[in-house]
This record gives sequence, structure tokens and C-alpha cells, in this order.
Amino acid sequence: MRLITATGLTLQQAGKTVMRDVDMHIDQGEIVTLVGPNGSGKSTLVKGLIGAIKPLSGNVETMRGIRIGYVPQSLHMDGLLPLTVSRFLCLPNRHSKDAMARALTEAGVPDLAKAQMRTLSGGQFQRVLLARALLMSPDLLILDEATQGLDQPGAADFYRKIEHVRSHLNCAVLMVSHDLHVVMAASDRVLCLNGHVCCEGTPEVVQGAPEYQALFGTGDSGAFAIYRHQHDHHHHHDHDHEEHDHA
Amino acid sequence: MTTKNMTMLDDFLVRAGLAGIGTALAAAPLGCFVVWRRMAYFGDATAHAALLGVAMSLAFQGPIMLGVLAAALAMAILVQTLSGRGLAEDTLLGVLAHSALAIGLVAVSFLSGARLDLMGYLFGDILAVNVFDLALIWGGAAVVIALLAWRWQRLLTATLNPDLAQASGISFRTEQMVLTVALALTVAVAIKAVGALLIGALLIIPPAAARPLARTPEAMALITAAIGSGAAIAGLGASFQFDTPTGPTIVCVAAAFFCASALVARLRA
Repeated sequence: MRLITATGLTLQQAGKTVMRDVDMHIDQGEIVTLVGPNGSGKSTLVKGLIGAIKPLSGNVETMRGIRIGYVPQSLHMDGLLPLTVSRFLCLPNRHSKDAMARALTEAGVPDLAKAQMRTLSGGQFQRVLLARALLMSPDLLILDEATQGLDQPGAADFYRKIEHVRSHLNCAVLMVSHDLHVVMAASDRVLCLNGHVCCEGTPEVVQGAPEYQALFGTGDSGAFAIYRHQHDHHHHHDHDHEEHDHA
Repeated sequence: MTTKNMTMLDDFLVRAGLAGIGTALAAAPLGCFVVWRRMAYFGDATAHAALLGVAMSLAFQGPIMLGVLAAALAMAILVQTLSGRGLAEDTLLGVLAHSALAIGLVAVSFLSGARLDLMGYLFGDILAVNVFDLALIWGGAAVVIALLAWRWQRLLTATLNPDLAQASGISFRTEQMVLTVALALTVAVAIKAVGALLIGALLIIPPAAARPLARTPEAMALITAAIGSGAAIAGLGASFQFDTPTGPTIVCVAAAFFCASALVARLRA
């Protein structure tokens, strides 16, 4: 089922066109990743898709009654607004205590219900945001640089959580990230952005595309290759093993 | 107390007390949003426009509250339209707040002095509140509280983050407009009690005092209402006792509450 379709989408921010002529769609259950250098319009595109920015031209069609779980890039909590985690989880829709406890456990922070939001560490904060998104039983989960401020193991753990959530809820996931090697490997489709869609396809296709290599050079694709290589190696090893058995 | 048919509302002190409480109750939830969203200057600009509303009402011999409501609403919409168009927000609000006040003072000076007690509109004249004023104050407060209670969840979500709200189908601009209308109404309600210059104080000081004592937004709004009402009653008593101007005395008491609460927060930390 098609959840969201953008057609000829052109978006401006602060009077400047940052995204032009985007055609894209997200289907139920797939993981789509947006990659691109800083200022390439990734977050702007996300805001356009959720309707936070009105398009200059083109349009966005969403499935009727779609539930979007959105984990923003950052959420500034300055301490003026007193807010416990459980009160935060009930914005804008209230949930039962049980449901909240389950979501917090699912997100990996079972003991935080009564904590004040502004006392959370970066990793706890992101997980609470995830718990809030999960409580909406989303059709589409949007993660905008959700692992910012997490260290490598923390980020890897976070993505494992996402993968688990996706298979559990059968929701689609739209991710924006810099952690190219981890994120791309976990994606069904990748869109490479730089003011427009440069190239798109499976991670392998995008990684091999000259547009992608022009943007990211060999450094990141190197890391990506290493990650994939481990997979290859793993398969290769299995293969060896089988041969060995045969022998 | 000698007349048998004297009701409670005939006592000017009782009327003043009720006017103070009504004003504090309207200002409490709205003041919380003013603090949470850093709209203090926005509140000031809107309140200062009230004087222009007073001048208009006197010129056209209409009800004061209606003129104040119209002027406050016009100013709030003007601020929203002009913001984000180049000038820094605080500069823009400073320009508008002071201009509105100056234009209001000039406009009032054109009107004959007999009809006008300027000090009363600048600093409030709570002891002169009549039963009709009281009905308007409590009616206005009820509308403000009902409006904010109705939109409470959406307003909080939009306050947290505009994109987060949008993803849940909540329009940031709509909620902003709700707050703007509530602010204009509150200014109209409060002009009689504390006057154009001190409305900002009533919006900011009680929630600032309540902040360290609250763990949730709802608790903060309730504590703010208690502090605001307490300041109104205690300020009224103190002004009667020491023969000081009532509006400023109420604000002084609120400021004392703020110091006490800051001290408590300090000691607990």
C-alpha cells in the first residue's frame, strides 16, 4: 500500500529553494533512507513530507488517516516547561499507563516514566522520542538524524531497535542519516539528495552510482564497502563451510 | 454594614478582590504559555496597545473593554504579520510596544481631561470596579480559560516543537492564533485591575514564581493561578493598609512570591 507520494515537489526555506522537483513515494513496510551532504535539503524534504513546509510547487499525497510517528532531529528543552517523560508521551494523544510502560520498554528505557525530560541524556532522550512515536502505532516512522549525539555502539543499538520495531509493527520507516554505512545497509531503498534527487535505488545501486561517489568520495563508500564486505565474508564463510562439509 | 439590604458585592473591597482573582485566573494559564514560548515582549507590546484602545473607546464613547480588545487584537496580529521579515524579533517588538504606548498617550491627550483618569488606565483602578466591570472580567476570564482548556493538548504539542505538532496534524499557525486571541482577551480583562503598564508583570511573574515548584504543565498552571490570586488579595490588603497604589502593590507581592520560590528552589538544589 502506498503511504505517501510526492510529485514534482519544490520546497523553499527562508526564501531560498532547497529542494526541487522531487518525485518519491514510500510503501507500507519498507525502509527508505535519505542521504546527502550537509545543506542538501534532507530535513527540508522531511518537513515538506509531513506538511510543516508548504510546497512552492508540486504536491504531497498521504494515505487517508495516516499515522506518522516523527522523531525530530533535535528537540530543544530549555527547562522553562516542566515535563515528565510520561506527560510528554501523552502529547498530543493520551495513552494508558500500561501502553506507555510497554513503549518505553520497547524503546529500551523502561525506568524513565517519572523523570523530567530536561534531565535525560542524549541517548535516553532519543529513545523517549522513539517511544512517543511508537505509541502512535504509526504507519510511517520518520527518523531525522535520530542518532545524532549517540556514539557508534549507541547508534548501532538504536538501529537494531528500529529494525525490530519495523518487523513488529509492520510500519514503513523513513530515515535521514549521516551514518551511511550502517543506515544504507539496513535500507530497502536509498535516495541520494543534493538540492534534488541525484540518484536512487537499492543501497548497492546508489553506492555504485557516479553521482553518489561524486558527493561522498571514496571515504564513506569505503566504510560502506567494509560493512558489506563483512556480509560477503560471512556468506563466503558459510559457503566454505558447506564445501567443507561436502568434502 | 448598617444597611440591611447591603449585599456582599456592595463592598468595594470585595469587588476589588474578586476583580483581582478573576484577572489572575485568566492570566495564569496564558502567562504559562507566554513564559514557555518566550513571548514576554509580545505580551508587553499587546498590553501597551491597550492604551490606544482606551483612547478609541473614549473618542467613540464605546465600552472601554471593547476598544482595548480591538486594539490588542490588532497589535497582536500586526506583530505576527511583521515577525520573521528581517528585523530581529526583540527589536521589532520593542519598536511596536513603545510606539503603541506613545501613540496611545498622544491620542489620549487629545481628549478632554475631565473624562479621563490616565493613571487609572496605566496602572489600574481596581478599587473603582463596579458590578458590571466584575461581570465582564469574570466572563472574559471564563472565555480565556475555556479556550485554553479546549486547545490545551494541541497548544502544548505546538509549544514543544512545530514539526512534531505538524506530524500529528496540528497546525502551528492555528495554535499561535488561539494564543493571540487569548492574549488580547486577557489584556482587555486585566486593564481595569492592573492597567496597561503592569499587565505584562501579571503575565510573567506568577508563572515564573510557579516554575520551580511544578513537575508538569498542568501543575504549573494551577500553582500560577494560586500565586496570582494570592498576590491579588495580599496586594489589595497591603495597599489598603499602607495607602499605596493597588495595581503596583499587587505586582510587588507577586515579585515577593517569585523571590521566595527562587529561594526554595535554591535551597532544594
